[in-house]
Amino acid sequence: MAAPAATDPIERRYGLTHRVDRWWVEPLLVGSGLGIFIIYSGISAMLGDRWAFETENGLYLSPFFEPLIHPGWLPDWFSPALLILWAPLGFRTTCYYYRRAYYRSYFLSPPACAVREPANSYAGESTLPLVIQNAHRWFMYVALLFIPILFTGAIKSYHLPGEGLGVGLGSIILTLNAFFLMMYTIGCHSLRHWVAGGLNQFSRTPLRRVRRQAWEVFTVANEHHRLWAWVSLVGVGVTDLYVHLVANGVITDPNTFTGPI
Amino acid sequence: MPVARLKVWRGGDDGAYEDYEVEYEEGMVVLDVVHRLQATQTPDLAVRWNCKAGKCGSCSAEINGRPQLQCMQRMEQYPEDEVIQIAPLKTFPLIRDLVCDVSWNYKIAKTIPEFQLTAPDQDGNRRMAQIDIDRGQEFRKCIECYLCQDVCHVIRDHPDNKDDFAGPRFFVQLANVAMHPLDTNPRRDTVDHGFGLEYCNITKCCTDVCPEHIKITDNAIIPLKERRVDEFYDPLRIIGRKFFGKK
Repeated sequence: MAAPAATDPIERRYGLTHRVDRWWVEPLLVGSGLGIFIIYSGISAMLGDRWAFETENGLYLSPFFEPLIHPGWLPDWFSPALLILWAPLGFRTTCYYYRRAYYRSYFLSPPACAVREPANSYAGESTLPLVIQNAHRWFMYVALLFIPILFTGAIKSYHLPGEGLGVGLGSIILTLNAFFLMMYTIGCHSLRHWVAGGLNQFSRTPLRRVRRQAWEVFTVANEHHRLWAWVSLVGVGVTDLYVHLVANGVITDPNTFTGPI
Repeated sequence: MPVARLKVWRGGDDGAYEDYEVEYEEGMVVLDVVHRLQATQTPDLAVRWNCKAGKCGSCSAEINGRPQLQCMQRMEQYPEDEVIQIAPLKTFPLIRDLVCDVSWNYKIAKTIPEFQLTAPDQDGNRRMAQIDIDRGQEFRKCIECYLCQDVCHVIRDHPDNKDDFAGPRFFVQLANVAMHPLDTNPRRDTVDHGFGLEYCNITKCCTDVCPEHIKITDNAIIPLKERRVDEFYDPLRIIGRKFFGKK
């Protein structure tokens, strides 16, 4: 492949782009949204026991700490969230949608379509460290484990020990959070491919036909992957904040239980 | 009759934008206005076109900085006081005015592996089930307008990468070959040869500009990347190959 001479007379003369629309709004909003979540979740996770993350009777547990792993040998300063968050962090960081989002907003590579990027050279994901993005499949397998774990936590929140079944606003929030994360996960490009994307002949066996049908279902979720990425991101942040506020007595959880939460 | 205020690139690399005013009528598209400009004021204006129906991919240009087909942009969308800037594609060598040399794409096209079809059935025919060919229909809608190639920052901002990067249009073609139900070309030929797939960082501009609305990134590029992951990075497949020798 011979490279023709680089001909770029217009941009050399006129700067970054000729686009006249507000191309900078999307990367600005996306970068701000991601930044707010990163700062909030970092603070929430690092505080650990210093900011109660579970209600006294264990009814509500922040999703940042689900499943709670708190062995006695952990030093006090070590937040149990750090044993959990590496998995969703890795899953989202290597996610094809979030890659698009932060490459545009933070790396300006490019900031928007037909807007010149500032870097003088580019090797994409062909070299370290970005070749690590191929680990998305690994994180996808781990993320699949979290869906039943989060739903189990949500279901438990409908049962107060010693009192029985009931429902609180926290139960509903935890359930929605699990649902949002499930929708984000099943829309994953890697999962969609894993189900049947690698096949070329779906018709060959009945199992392949079933896999093709599953692929079509996952494709529906995949087409809205960006939406579910944001809904689940905001959802998990709101859920964490709500549980913290209830657990620390800042707000009272409206519920049908008669005992203390 | 409304008047369009145009700023059109004239000349070659050392050219410049020139301002024009052209009357237009309701229902006209940008290409109509360019043709009227050519007919009434600038008979030497170079512009490539053919079908004027969004199907030949000839009239690609950058209108107000966005890679688009001139024949698919109606004039009504622009406010009357807006200056419409029409430039040639920036990723390819400029010949003159709005015409570029896109022959680099033809060289890349020759490197794409051809189909190697399975042997025919006993009656001499080859058969495919509808369920197997549905996925590839989308890829065959490509009209080769090269807007996706133009907007791709991998080569737009870094022309040196043209040595190693085929570009989104040809990832669509690769996907068409790699996912064809009757193709026997070993997957490694199409997926692992590279074609610079790893240069793509999924910013989806190719999908955004495609006039045929092909989901280039989601349905061609990412699945090809995932096939590479199948081969080299999937932990379960690695373990499976280690213990069971499966491919």
